[in-house]
Amino acid sequence: MAFDFSQDHFSLLGLPHTFVLDDAALEAAYRGLQSQYHPDRAASLPDADKRQALQAATRVNEAFQILKSPLSRGRYLLKLAGVDTQEETNTAMPVAFLMQQMEWRESVVEARANQDMAVLDQLAQDLRGERLGLEASLGRCLDEQHDYIGAALIVRKLRFLEKLDQAIGDAIEVLLD
Amino acid sequence: MALFQIAEPGEAPAPHQHRLAVGIDLGTTNSLVATVRNGSATVLPDERGRNLLPSIVHYAADGQITIGHRAQAKQTEDPRNTIVSVKRFMGRGVKDLPDSATTPYRFVDAPGMLKLKTVVGEKSPVEVSADILRALKQRAEASLGGELIGAVITVPAYFDDAQRQATKDAAMLAGLNVLRLLNEPTAAAVAYGLENAAEGTYVVYDLGGGTFDVSILKLTRGVFEVLATSGDSALGGDDFDQRIFCWIVEKAGLSLLGDHDTRLLLTRAREAKEALSEHDSTRITAKLQSGTVVDLELNVETFETISKNLVQKTINPLRKAMRDAKLGVDDIKGVVMVGGATRMPHVRRAVAEFFGREPLTNLDPDKVVALGAAMQANALAGNKSDDEWLLLDVIPLSLGLETMGGLAEKVIPRNSTIPTARAQDFTTYKDGQTAMAIHVMQGERELVADCRSLARFELRGIPPMAAGAARIRVTFQVDADGLLAVSAREQSIGVEASITVKPSYGLADNEIARMLQDSLANAGADMQARSLAEARVEASSLIAATVAALAVDASLLSEAEHKDVQAAIALLNETVMGEDAVMIRTRTEALNHATGKFAELRMDNAVKRGLTGQKLSELG
Repeated sequence: MAFDFSQDHFSLLGLPHTFVLDDAALEAAYRGLQSQYHPDRAASLPDADKRQALQAATRVNEAFQILKSPLSRGRYLLKLAGVDTQEETNTAMPVAFLMQQMEWRESVVEARANQDMAVLDQLAQDLRGERLGLEASLGRCLDEQHDYIGAALIVRKLRFLEKLDQAIGDAIEVLLD
Repeated sequence: MALFQIAEPGEAPAPHQHRLAVGIDLGTTNSLVATVRNGSATVLPDERGRNLLPSIVHYAADGQITIGHRAQAKQTEDPRNTIVSVKRFMGRGVKDLPDSATTPYRFVDAPGMLKLKTVVGEKSPVEVSADILRALKQRAEASLGGELIGAVITVPAYFDDAQRQATKDAAMLAGLNVLRLLNEPTAAAVAYGLENAAEGTYVVYDLGGGTFDVSILKLTRGVFEVLATSGDSALGGDDFDQRIFCWIVEKAGLSLLGDHDTRLLLTRAREAKEALSEHDSTRITAKLQSGTVVDLELNVETFETISKNLVQKTINPLRKAMRDAKLGVDDIKGVVMVGGATRMPHVRRAVAEFFGREPLTNLDPDKVVALGAAMQANALAGNKSDDEWLLLDVIPLSLGLETMGGLAEKVIPRNSTIPTARAQDFTTYKDGQTAMAIHVMQGERELVADCRSLARFELRGIPPMAAGAARIRVTFQVDADGLLAVSAREQSIGVEASITVKPSYGLADNEIARMLQDSLANAGADMQARSLAEARVEASSLIAATVAALAVDASLLSEAEHKDVQAAIALLNETVMGEDAVMIRTRTEALNHATGKFAELRMDNAVKRGLTGQKLSELG
């Protein structure tokens, strides 16, 4: 069972290199590859085959994980195009966006302090709407306009939203415990 | 490269020997062993027809070890040396036990994992578990009439790395080849899903004797994909017993109970709990050592009131798992109930209320995990089966590293599908720094102190550089058993140093080696004989297959190649009846190697001849 570790994730899963993706095709391709390479398939084979299966299945999981999430898929497409998203270094953001982030953050802190699950759920909803809008623009930038600089800015924005979503999730979990 | 056997059309392929493999449910209260026979999974009973082996081990002063029902009989008479619910101690320290005061045991706190002081010395939970596994192995081998090639051992999905590693070590100590550690709810899903040809998203609610798991799985055409898992590895039926025990103590106005009385009342509590699943009330009677007689009536309402918050404790993990899977209750097609403790009516009611539907209780909650494990063992052992399926499982808890200020940084988030790997880069913070401490942990909390410490190691030999110049890449690899291996590598130009650690619960490698030696002291000679016998069988069958293949297809080889193969056969033939297993294996491997190209040519040839769809069974 030869496995080509030099392929990029899209090629591995037999999908076109685009941001807009057929979720059903991605899942089907993923299951097909795991059916072939999962370590369970090599359980009664020699150790060398087991190691190979471990590495191959790990790679397949990594590819699926990256392509499944729109943010990591966009980041990955930019990486393939040789564009650095500068998520750690570039902090220049439109003022309006930053203001909204601050407002949201404050709401999360407040809801956490008030143990208000309903507010947290509502925030998660609002955030989801915002995220879907950004993802649609990211798709246009990458697939239609090939505007990688614009795409990198959207990736940085999405990264903000992801962190915020984590903060909401953490707050909800604290309430559940 | 192995030699392929190619069957001509109409000609039966060499009979594929059925490889004996079992699934073992190593439970807190009871353990089971099951296998697939004639295509269907079945639990293997003991010689008296009993399926369940109580997970109880008694150590006598004369060194005799008693397991199961006979050990159960000793628990009130010799509580300190009768180990029950040892699963709760796997990979755990004394500080992890909430109720160490009410158990009759004398714990010794060892780094990482506690030990139990018995009349025959200190016993690690790994050793006690190995004694249970050994009994199940013997039962299976006696009933199947042969050596097992391997076993699938189930573990709670919510077990962390230390608990999993401890379970695997126990199996190793018992002489079992572990084909896979399988999560209990996943095993149950396999048994349920294959039996009912289920498709869609299912929840498995597994409340056992000492552990609680919830897993959400998506079943799609033979693929069992775990979307999220959660639970509590210290919550189970035992805790309900404990509540009744406390109620008895209070109602009867008892104080300062001895080991004997504690154990007796815990047993009565368990019996009462079981009775209340069938009846509205039950009578609890016991005669204590002091002569005091306990005689109480416990009704369902009281029992449900005193154990209500235990049931509630299972609902939060349900919520968490649903959140992680990003699902609502309407997305769930069915809820499968597993574990003896799900027989309690108020548990069923709470689950029904949460999901707005009755849970599925038509399968035997005691057996379903072992049956699913047996099916998976059969598949992993390479026995053919009509339907192929695939399990995609996840890690239950995030894995991370300690960073500055005692904070835990997550490297692999919980519910990542396994196997998985993740690398993270670090750098030095001082000029000329040549070593770096790496602390690996598991858990969801932000502070290192609140997570479970899995391993600490030091990466030495970093070339002295300016602060921030070195690049140290730490790689986490989680295998299909859910076990973690960590390696670190300094990768600045031209210099590399790396180390691999298997996180353990503080049992040093030499300690495991000591335990292994203890248990193998007598078995050593047997093992060698078995190894030799296996090597001989393997060698003989390879020679036979090669000779048969040459008789048909020798024309595919050049003269030189033919000679090489003949020479390798001759060499192996010389060795095969000798006593040197290593030499036999080496020469078997050499013959395998020499026939590699031959096998490929034969395959090509076979494909050319249009023999598609023929079974190529692998030899060797």
